Amino acid sequence: MSFAHRHLLGIEHLSQSDITAILDLAEKYVDLNRRSAKHSDVLSGLTQINMFFENSTRTQASFELAGKRLGADVMNMAMQASSIKKGETLIDTAMTLNAMHPDLLVVRHPHSGAVDLLAQKVNCAVLNAGDGRHEHPTQALLDALTIRRAKGRLHRLNIAICGDVAHSRVARSNLILLGKMENRIRLIGPPTLVPAQFAEFGAEIYDDMSEGLREVDVVMMLRLQRERMDGGFIPSEREYYHRYGLDAAKLALAKPKAIVMHPGPMNRGVEIDGTLADDINRSVIQEQVEMGVAVRMAAMELLARNLTEAA
Amino acid sequence: MSTITFTNARLIDPESSEDFIGWLQIAEGHIAARGEGTPPVSDEQTIDCGGQCLGPGIVDIGVKVCEPGERHKESYKSAGLAAAAGGVTTIVTRPDTSPAIDTPESLEFVTRRAQADTPVNVLPMAALTKGREGREMTEIGFLQDAGAVAFTDCDHVVVNTKVFSRALTYAKTCGALVIAHPQEPGLSGGAAATSGKFAALRGLPAVSPMAERMGLDRDITLLEMTGAAYHADQITTARALPALERAKRNGLDITAGTSIHHLTLNEIDVADYRTFFKVKPPLRSEDDRLAVIEAVRTGLIDTISSMHTPQDEESKRLPFEEAASGAVALETLLPAALRLYHAEQLDLPSLFRAMALNPAKRLGLNSGRLAIGAPADLVLFDPDVPFVLDRFTLKSKSQNTPFDGQRLQGKVTATYVAGEEVYRRT
Repeated sequence: MSFAHRHLLGIEHLSQSDITAILDLAEKYVDLNRRSAKHSDVLSGLTQINMFFENSTRTQASFELAGKRLGADVMNMAMQASSIKKGETLIDTAMTLNAMHPDLLVVRHPHSGAVDLLAQKVNCAVLNAGDGRHEHPTQALLDALTIRRAKGRLHRLNIAICGDVAHSRVARSNLILLGKMENRIRLIGPPTLVPAQFAEFGAEIYDDMSEGLREVDVVMMLRLQRERMDGGFIPSEREYYHRYGLDAAKLALAKPKAIVMHPGPMNRGVEIDGTLADDINRSVIQEQVEMGVAVRMAAMELLARNLTEAA
Repeated sequence: MSTITFTNARLIDPESSEDFIGWLQIAEGHIAARGEGTPPVSDEQTIDCGGQCLGPGIVDIGVKVCEPGERHKESYKSAGLAAAAGGVTTIVTRPDTSPAIDTPESLEFVTRRAQADTPVNVLPMAALTKGREGREMTEIGFLQDAGAVAFTDCDHVVVNTKVFSRALTYAKTCGALVIAHPQEPGLSGGAAATSGKFAALRGLPAVSPMAERMGLDRDITLLEMTGAAYHADQITTARALPALERAKRNGLDITAGTSIHHLTLNEIDVADYRTFFKVKPPLRSEDDRLAVIEAVRTGLIDTISSMHTPQDEESKRLPFEEAASGAVALETLLPAALRLYHAEQLDLPSLFRAMALNPAKRLGLNSGRLAIGAPADLVLFDPDVPFVLDRFTLKSKSQNTPFDGQRLQGKVTATYVAGEEVYRRT
């Protein structure tokens, strides 16, 4: 199994076989994580630093747990509270951390491309934990693993990605990954949140949710990113929920066994009905969280193997 | 001042659109005589050009020199050396310094600094509104008396149409040229790229190219109201061209420029968030680039500028959205423009019409020409010599050029201002 990448910056750089390699390895970690003794030592002796320039609870916890279960020394840095406030630039911060010889750097940043920039300046492996509205590769990988386990395959599926595509790095990474794995992708949402340019990536665009959900295998809901909206993209949350919120009636148009996904955190009653989100027969939202830890363990292991080979 | 005869030169004459082997004699700082073939025998100094091109020196409207305020980015001295090395004999400076050049006193400071340190002609522009804030017009009359050749708020659009229309009306009575940045600021706010597949893929906040047309449409309407003399600093999109064409046909006093970067680069060049390619307005699609080249060829777009904007390393070593806009271009303007010549998109007289003759005409200057009696502002260059640009060889204090590491063809051999040699390549 080869994985010839120094960093994991985006799905854009991965091939079909890279994606499969990560998912196959992640399957093993799903099993490990379900045991009572969850420890492995493949990252033993390595240092992992989580640098989050943007608030995060679940992603940071997932990366932290993944590193600890693999035996790495994990340090979390909440960058909003530290040197950035004192005027230090991103690159200076990166160089400072680099001097401490980390092996894995997990970075989240509010600006697109910031993680690419940082990766050019450090000697260790960099994992993108989300940059602006650009990419969030481990989210797309955990979504892919969830789909593959629920549907038995990751190709020739009809997948709907619904909601705030414009502001979503999750949507971009998923669009690229699911496209590479040869699925049919529909983007559903109001045109203010689903720009027409996305048609050029091979996706079909629907502004009518009932039409878009017809006969799909997977319904992926996105969070309405109110914090990234600087002007009226939607008239109101109640109108948005009425037209684009997922409820049982709209889901009935999809295939009978269609699964419901959401990257979290959810706005219940805005993009998804709370009862539906909790319906264990349809919703795989909890599995997504579980797969997240496994996928991150796999990605870090593959990058760490390259580190030791290079040394 | 001495008399010099340039022999065996390929003369690039934008007025007659001619390009021929001949000779040109300068005396007392002006062009004294010229002709085809070989000159009459004379015992004055002669320079054998060896078949290289001799054209009018470039007149560059919209150069940012960072005095006052950010002298570490570019001073009059460094800008002057860069201009001379680039064959630019007249720089028309922008008032978007800090503070802005919006009083006769600050304009006099600029003029004094320029005279002390700069070997090329420097013509200052002044702000159209105080502090470039779009609220109150500047002392246009006093500023003209102090030497301002045009009035512009640079990339700040005067949003309040009442303020802008009054400023245009007042400028007209003074016979002053107003230069504006056609853009609808509501649409372009926060944008770092042009909307399209590339911006969507990179997840960058983007502006529709239509924002430029909306800005231009608004300005044209105000010109119909006021009759002022107006120059659009940069037209960069195909969709703005029909409006410009119509305004010219209707007899409005309007001209338009474009930047060398929009003529030679497109949005895809940004690649993995390379901030040296972040300019304002953002780089456009390839279709837009080709349409703008065609508009320069037909003369619909009148001028090509460097839009020289020095930025230090710190302003550019940031995530793309946070990084400063702008690129230095005084020294790369001619080699980059020659890409269009080598690609057979524009001939040399057309390039010099847009880079020298038209900007000079628009400002009422007698330069930008090879005519007898015109100032002996000249550039001697070899259009064919290939090189790979190393940005650290640039004379500007800032080296933020998108052409770093790129192959270019054509180098300036020597530059003359009023008959004096101000640069010679060693």
